[in-house]
Amino acid sequence: MPGSAILLRYIRSSYQNDPVRSAVELFLFLFAIRYLLAPTYSTQKQKHVALSEEEIDELVDDWTPEPLVAPLTPFEEIQNEKRPVIVGPTGPKSKLSNGRTVMNLASYNFYNFIANETLKEKAIQTLRTYGVGPCGPPGFYGTQDVHMKTEADIAAHLGTTACIVYAQAFSTISSVIPSFLKRGDIIVADKAVNYAIRKGIQISRSTVRWYEHNDMEDLERVLEKVTKEQARKPLTRRFIITEGLFENVGDIIDLPKVIELKLRYKFRLILDETWSYGVLGRTGRGITEQQNVDATEVDMIIGSLSGPLCAAGGFCASTEEVVEHQRISSASYTFSAALPALLATTASETITILQETPDIMVQLRENIKAMRAQLDPRSDWVKCTSAVDNPIMLLVLKPEVVASKKLRIDDQEFLLQDVVDECVANGVLITRLKSMPPALGAGARDQGWQPQPALKVCITTGLTKKETEKAGIVIRHAITKIVTRKK
Amino acid sequence: MPTRNINPFAASSPTITSSLDAMNEKTEPARRSSFSKVTNNKFTQFFSTSPKSKPNDAAALQAALVAQQQALFNSPSQINSSLLSLPTISLSTATGEKTPMEATTLFQPPSPTEVRRLARTHAQFGPIGSQAHRCSSKFEGPEFAEPIEDEPPYYFLITTYISYLILIVFGHVRDFFGKRFRHKHYSHLKERDGYAPLNSDFDNFYTRRLKIRINDCFSRPITGVPGRFITLLDRKSNDGNNTFKLTGTTTETLNMSSYNYLGFAQSDGPCADAAEMAVRKYGISLASPRDDAGTSDLAVEVEDLIAKFVGKPASMVFSMGFVTNATAFPALVGKGCLMISDELNHSSIRFGARLSGAMIEMFKHNDMKDLERLLREVISQGQPRTHRPWKKILVAVEGLYSMEGTMCNLPALVKLKKKYKFNLFVDEAHSIGALGPRGRGVCDYFGIDPSEIDILMGTLTKSFGANGGYIAAEKHIIDKLRVSNAANLFAESPTPPVLVQIASALRLINGELLPGQGEERLQRLAFNSRYLRLGLKRLGFIVYGHDDSPIIPVLLYNPAKMPAFSHEMLRRKISVVVVGYPATPLVSSRARFCVSAAHTKDDLDRMLTACDQIGDILQLKFSSGIAGGAEPLPEGASADMEKEFHQPGTAQVMKPPRWRIEDVLARGVEDVQKPLR
Repeated sequence: MPGSAILLRYIRSSYQNDPVRSAVELFLFLFAIRYLLAPTYSTQKQKHVALSEEEIDELVDDWTPEPLVAPLTPFEEIQNEKRPVIVGPTGPKSKLSNGRTVMNLASYNFYNFIANETLKEKAIQTLRTYGVGPCGPPGFYGTQDVHMKTEADIAAHLGTTACIVYAQAFSTISSVIPSFLKRGDIIVADKAVNYAIRKGIQISRSTVRWYEHNDMEDLERVLEKVTKEQARKPLTRRFIITEGLFENVGDIIDLPKVIELKLRYKFRLILDETWSYGVLGRTGRGITEQQNVDATEVDMIIGSLSGPLCAAGGFCASTEEVVEHQRISSASYTFSAALPALLATTASETITILQETPDIMVQLRENIKAMRAQLDPRSDWVKCTSAVDNPIMLLVLKPEVVASKKLRIDDQEFLLQDVVDECVANGVLITRLKSMPPALGAGARDQGWQPQPALKVCITTGLTKKETEKAGIVIRHAITKIVTRKK
Repeated sequence: MPTRNINPFAASSPTITSSLDAMNEKTEPARRSSFSKVTNNKFTQFFSTSPKSKPNDAAALQAALVAQQQALFNSPSQINSSLLSLPTISLSTATGEKTPMEATTLFQPPSPTEVRRLARTHAQFGPIGSQAHRCSSKFEGPEFAEPIEDEPPYYFLITTYISYLILIVFGHVRDFFGKRFRHKHYSHLKERDGYAPLNSDFDNFYTRRLKIRINDCFSRPITGVPGRFITLLDRKSNDGNNTFKLTGTTTETLNMSSYNYLGFAQSDGPCADAAEMAVRKYGISLASPRDDAGTSDLAVEVEDLIAKFVGKPASMVFSMGFVTNATAFPALVGKGCLMISDELNHSSIRFGARLSGAMIEMFKHNDMKDLERLLREVISQGQPRTHRPWKKILVAVEGLYSMEGTMCNLPALVKLKKKYKFNLFVDEAHSIGALGPRGRGVCDYFGIDPSEIDILMGTLTKSFGANGGYIAAEKHIIDKLRVSNAANLFAESPTPPVLVQIASALRLINGELLPGQGEERLQRLAFNSRYLRLGLKRLGFIVYGHDDSPIIPVLLYNPAKMPAFSHEMLRRKISVVVVGYPATPLVSSRARFCVSAAHTKDDLDRMLTACDQIGDILQLKFSSGIAGGAEPLPEGASADMEKEFHQPGTAQVMKPPRWRIEDVLARGVEDVQKPLR
């Protein structure tokens, strides 16, 4: 062995007829090795109580677990009972399982793409070539040419260099966030972000700082504070995460201001456009188009193909580098089956329709205006928190109503559920904004931000302006009837 | 929720008529062809409906369809192949020339369109060669034994480690020089202008220096149906696998890679017909979460069907399998609860477990002793620090593990559950449809009452050729989950074509639709799984997993053998999946074959022959014989005698199995029916 001569010589010269010294040296040497290899934290189970087998058996017999799920609360029972079941096709007029036909203002069928015959024909063609499911994750022969085309179409529409399509919109951002952010990284997020973003942040284990909803001054304050705190520490990834059109409030962000701040404080921006892509802007490109921001200024744009586009799946549009990283490290992309081909082609088709006929967006905004005219200034009880172009109108009880009637959050939920039922009884299907399910076993202090209970009215071009107005009147009257009845 | 039993498709009579109308439309050209004056003989009846039957007589049509399907199944493969090998005759008839031979032809050759249609159908789902190629997937024997994992000679383990060492050293050398001389290529790993790099240099090393070398074996783009055959889009890379360019050509390969267990990836046939009708009637999407307005009668019906299929009172469906798990755990366990998970559980279970906020413990893969030890410890010790008793303990296992091909030991789990009172969650992502004599997953396979298990979860992507996942449980659990599961509140609902695909696949399996076909699919899958596994063992490969598992991992060990195996298979027009670290332990890189009911015995023979050749080229035949594949017993010897023969005490030297491929193919069909040895 090379070097063994040196080693032997060293041992011989250090031994010098003194076995005790050698033994001590050997002991020290072994101790040093053990010390270096030992983990830096204690591996001993803290306060581990030693028990005999009989005692363990007794404890096992003794232990009675709680039932797997808690019993339903009265409100949850109502929720299960009142959930509408649509018989036959979903459309602007849908038939419910109780036999009534209602105006459907609860589906995200803004442009009535569901009833579009061309889209159906294209989908059937795809079905007859590709079957339904892709039977495998994208990494293992699940990437079909149609997926690559959809990705290219979205990237071209938004004006980014690359795009990746996920099989479900809801899981997209929850998976994008942890694929880039790890423990020790910093997230600055809006307080009102949706459930999927919260879960993504939770799983990333990053340090998170919240700023007041849509308050740019507070955002600046938080960014300033974070930058100061981190000044002496090694540089970590820093992200601002917010939504384009807020799912829980309905309003829009001031994107140019956010971009300015992110550039100033050197943060990256993840923008969730789930509710704005296909809705805002002249050709439905979302908040970037509406506020004249170059999409490449945003580091990652996450969007949905399932809502307004009436297909399924979600996407993340960004640079080549970001997209390729997700293909190997984003959990819900690598470990889940790809999007069915016929849904991918439908998304491509609807994007083309949005680009070629921007008129439908004008028409939608007309209908939104017609509905708003019936509700927001006219109703004494509710106000609309949504932005003017948002086809999902969130109606919350006015603060003075809440104060005068002393309504707690769950009172409001009950009240609004009654409004929904009243509307359905009068032939208009609307729904409520669903509160975010709390973590099991979490105390009241861990709850965090919750949206104010709201009615959700989704406008569609499938109904004429007249019909929309009529529906608006029904909703207004229902609100008045229910709220005045409540003492 | 109102449970109106609406059945808008498939089983009801008007639907059958319309789906048959579609079939009539397709077969019409055949009848209009120049052969139309020839009276129908028994062969043509196999492929076209009798013109005598009236289209509005649904019952008669259904009978005709069943007879036709049955005839298709019973016809030996020679007839089908001879029909396929007659394009020359068909071509001459296409020109309209009438030869004197024509009148005396014994049977009517199908028209070119019919031949093309049939070829297309068979490329998606191969016709069964012989009725002998079926067997039942059922647990037999008193004790469920762990599969024996064979080990290769030390030489291969050492060279594997050395290979990784070389790859890592080379990677670092390249990085060392690259970082100094090619700044541009490393700029994304460095701080840039006050921004931290998106990927850390260290995390990225494996991808950058190891995985990229074999990137061409992953994410191969495809087109068309991933059925029995799969069409790859050819691509090449000019920059060391950084980017790929499509060459514009395609290659049709035998598909040993898709999770198409029951062969439902089809673009025609009853499922696709029903899906098409669903698109026409319901549109493409429901455009709403389930809890708002996304609950259609289709979803209610599919949930009923799934609940009945798996044997639970209620179920709910989701639009993505991953999310099913990711949102189920937070709705079941939380702070103060303990989740015990098999160490090889799927990423989605880990994702859900982490979201739930419950404590997580892991036990060794499928090791029931380790699980019991862990249970005794955690129940007796209680929660860490506070020592309060756990609120509940949820044990999560998978029915069939996708990288190992092993099944969970359900009988032992149920026994433990009775003693330790934990809740049991079984993820049947791969096992539903693929295991059990009736295709109902691990419970069916072991003959265990599904009520013994608290929650049965599964995906609809794999065996049913659709997309999404389901959870089945007692009604009060499902009722609670409907209001507390985030995916039910916020995520998009499954789309109508997907729902209908699930419903018709389920109806086919349980025999409501085209009786006999579902059973054939199940039995063919069981036969194919056992046949391929036995063949590989006999050839001398190390194969992991249980005998009835349709997932067959073949161990490769050396990292360089992954791309080599994949390329050699591709040269033989077979597409396989190779997996290495981090999906598997560092040493045990493997190729994974997924068997399907769509494969014929001939396909598997082709596969075995290819494996035999590649095994010789790449030195993959390592097995020592302890895991099976032994020579046949001598005349008159019984299995018991053999057991005695192999007592540990007796110094019997195990002979490594290295069968000749001819013998493997000759004896396979017969031996598959017996316990594999």
